[in-house]
Amino acid sequence: MADEIKIDETVDITDVVCPVTFVKAKVALEELDDGQIISIHMNDGEPVQNVPRSIKDEGHKILKLINNEDGTYDLLVKKVGD
Amino acid sequence: MAEIDYATLKKGGFMRQKQKGYFSLRLGVVGGQVSAKQLIAVTEVAEKYGHGYIHLTSRQGIEIPYININDIEAVKETLAQGDIAPGVCGPRVRTVTACQGNKVCPNACIDTEDIAQELHKRYFGKELPHKFKFGVTGCRNNCLKAEENDLGIKGGYEVKWNEDNCISCGVCEKACRVDAIAIEDGRIKIDYDKCNNCGRCVFACPTDAYDYTEGYFVYFGGLFGNTINKGDEIVPFVKDKETLLRICDATLEFFEENAKAGERFKFTIDRVGIDELRKKVTEAYDG
Repeated sequence: MADEIKIDETVDITDVVCPVTFVKAKVALEELDDGQIISIHMNDGEPVQNVPRSIKDEGHKILKLINNEDGTYDLLVKKVGD
Repeated sequence: MAEIDYATLKKGGFMRQKQKGYFSLRLGVVGGQVSAKQLIAVTEVAEKYGHGYIHLTSRQGIEIPYININDIEAVKETLAQGDIAPGVCGPRVRTVTACQGNKVCPNACIDTEDIAQELHKRYFGKELPHKFKFGVTGCRNNCLKAEENDLGIKGGYEVKWNEDNCISCGVCEKACRVDAIAIEDGRIKIDYDKCNNCGRCVFACPTDAYDYTEGYFVYFGGLFGNTINKGDEIVPFVKDKETLLRICDATLEFFEENAKAGERFKFTIDRVGIDELRKKVTEAYDG
């Protein structure tokens, strides 16, 4: 399923810590148009435990969480709303 | 001046101070919620009759120190105008404490305010062999420290995977802090022995692919004073409020029937036997 998803934008939040992880992802999402898809690159641990939920709570649509098997994850999110 | 009836004053929340003729007035607060109107009345009393400050107690209460014995009626009158009344001390059901619960907190599984109000209405001030404390916390994070109360309540979710809504995104597997969720061939497997009912999978799931039932863990005989004891969990997860209240009724009945005067619940349990208490609350659990 993941390989069918066309990614419009990527953002790397592995260089920041909570709560800036979510802030950086949120800012990147704000730059997108409704319906565009972003891949958010994040670390294992606290970011992957909490950032997906925060993005869900913002009203965006989560499509997939990909385990890169290197201690990082890519969360694919479709922007909802402008 | 008429003789001072300290027992009656204590029952009414007036704590005798070291300073002769002065009391620290404890107020009736439920679940840590105090309205702005109440705060104004408290401010007025503290400024006019006290020393211009309040003390926040360890159990979410407010005390106004340095109230003179001669001002008690005037103080009560001022407080009444602000919809707040003195609390209680002594051998009876004390302030019911609570976290903010699911009306406000994104992690809470239950409406703690509602439970706290219900417990307050049913039991607050009820005369017992010794003090008895209720505390209600919304989830596993346990901000309100359920197990340190004579009867502590902790909210949780019993979860079930709803396959039809699931997109196998993998978010819940990572959201779970106890590794109870595994995804195998696109299917969610929940290890119920590991699941601690925290509800994080439900909150994190982007497609509502978890069905859940709200409920309560109940802990008996907690203490956090001269003796420290973590309350025991002796009944299964309670899935409705009526059953929870039956269990609370049965627990207070057990305490009334069995405790010696001045004996905390934990010591009554130790003396009479936890199996006796288990029998009583299990009956209540079974309805």
